[in-house]
Amino acid sequence: MEKNSIVSINDISKEEILELLKTAAYFEEHPNQKILDGKVIATLFFEPSTRTRLSFETAVNRLGGRIIGFSDPAATSTSKGETLKDTIIMVGNYADVIIMRHYLEGAAKYASEVTDTPIINAGDGAHQHPSQTMLDLYSIYKTQGSLDNLTVTMVGDLKYGRTVHSLLMALSHFNVKFQFVACDELRMPEEFRTFCDRNGIQYTEHREFSAEVINSSDILYMTRVQRERFTDLMEYERVKDLYNLHNAMLADSKPNLRILHPLPRVNEIDQDVDDNPKAYYFQQAKNGLYARQAMICKVLGIKVNQ
Amino acid sequence: MSTDKKELAVAALRNGTVIDHIPSKALFKAVDLLGISRLDKSVTIGCNLQSSRLGSKGIIKVADTFFAQEVINRIAIIAPSAVINTIKDFEVVSKEQVELPSEVVDLVVCNNPKCITRNEPMRSRFEVIDRENVTLKCCYCEHEVNGDMINLK
Repeated sequence: MEKNSIVSINDISKEEILELLKTAAYFEEHPNQKILDGKVIATLFFEPSTRTRLSFETAVNRLGGRIIGFSDPAATSTSKGETLKDTIIMVGNYADVIIMRHYLEGAAKYASEVTDTPIINAGDGAHQHPSQTMLDLYSIYKTQGSLDNLTVTMVGDLKYGRTVHSLLMALSHFNVKFQFVACDELRMPEEFRTFCDRNGIQYTEHREFSAEVINSSDILYMTRVQRERFTDLMEYERVKDLYNLHNAMLADSKPNLRILHPLPRVNEIDQDVDDNPKAYYFQQAKNGLYARQAMICKVLGIKVNQ
Repeated sequence: MSTDKKELAVAALRNGTVIDHIPSKALFKAVDLLGISRLDKSVTIGCNLQSSRLGSKGIIKVADTFFAQEVINRIAIIAPSAVINTIKDFEVVSKEQVELPSEVVDLVVCNNPKCITRNEPMRSRFEVIDRENVTLKCCYCEHEVNGDMINLK
């Protein structure tokens, strides 16, 4: 039942990732097509997320599909106490694909078990958000020409940031060296460090966001350090500005370096970085459109001309 | 070794099941899981008995009752060391170690309050990822739980 769904990035093989990246590149060249003509795509947002929803809906619209759905569950029968199962079965009767975001972890997996209609997980709580990972991968692939032989530096909140965990898992298929830059309280969790050790993935850990770390990177993946993550607010005050990036810090960085961020950013990337050609976070968000077009075609089994 | 005593205890049953080598602290949970309080057969429960393997063990003897595999599997989560002796006509006809299935369905509550299984009327499902330390991983939210942290439904 669940074989056509994309619920977790961990269910996608290396070959499938490469195939999706090729399809995304094709859509970047040809974003407007009629290949979803006659298809109905449901976007069910049990938790609001404007950015992700607009990106998915644009992806569908540019491919000529129609959209049904909701962006606020307060206006649906979920608020009357309908179970997720019933909602999914009902919508599955109408739509060709269900794109869903839910505040509960594992919701997309469960949805994929109760309907034959393919599910695309657009985020389930703090658990998985595979389309974010696909657009991160596509951004790296596009700017570096490959996913192999790269040094990827992850900075900021490595403990709670699900995007960095998913990206790490996806990049584990490739030959990538990692640098983890974080304070002790937001260090990369042990399960992921053990995963790297077991799979022979090279990584180094750094408390300091130093020139040496920046200058050896091909990708700087920045994340936001959030106040509410800290048990000790003194510690937050001490570290909050240690992992901010300013333009001057990029003076001796590699020419191919690109700076990524899942957005929204607050002050971890200074405004003065925006005009540096190495700043890539806005294009990265745009790449989400092509990555999502590729994912929708994949679950529908549509092969595009490449 | 208390081999003689044990044999005597087992032999005292004509037909039925003897579940041995249950850790003492898991004994009454095992009694619960097997639905023993609802049986009308004669039941003997021993607690805090000496065991060279576990230090202190519990034992359950139930006359004229044989448990289905999926019922027995229930106690594997809390008592992975338990041994099931099937007695017929005073003879031990089979002696089997309980075995954790590769998947545990509808028995354990996920400890993650934001897991879908805690919020929908549905069955929980866990993959057993480490048999030795009894570590389970929720098939939905992927949270892991082991040992004393495992909560039964």
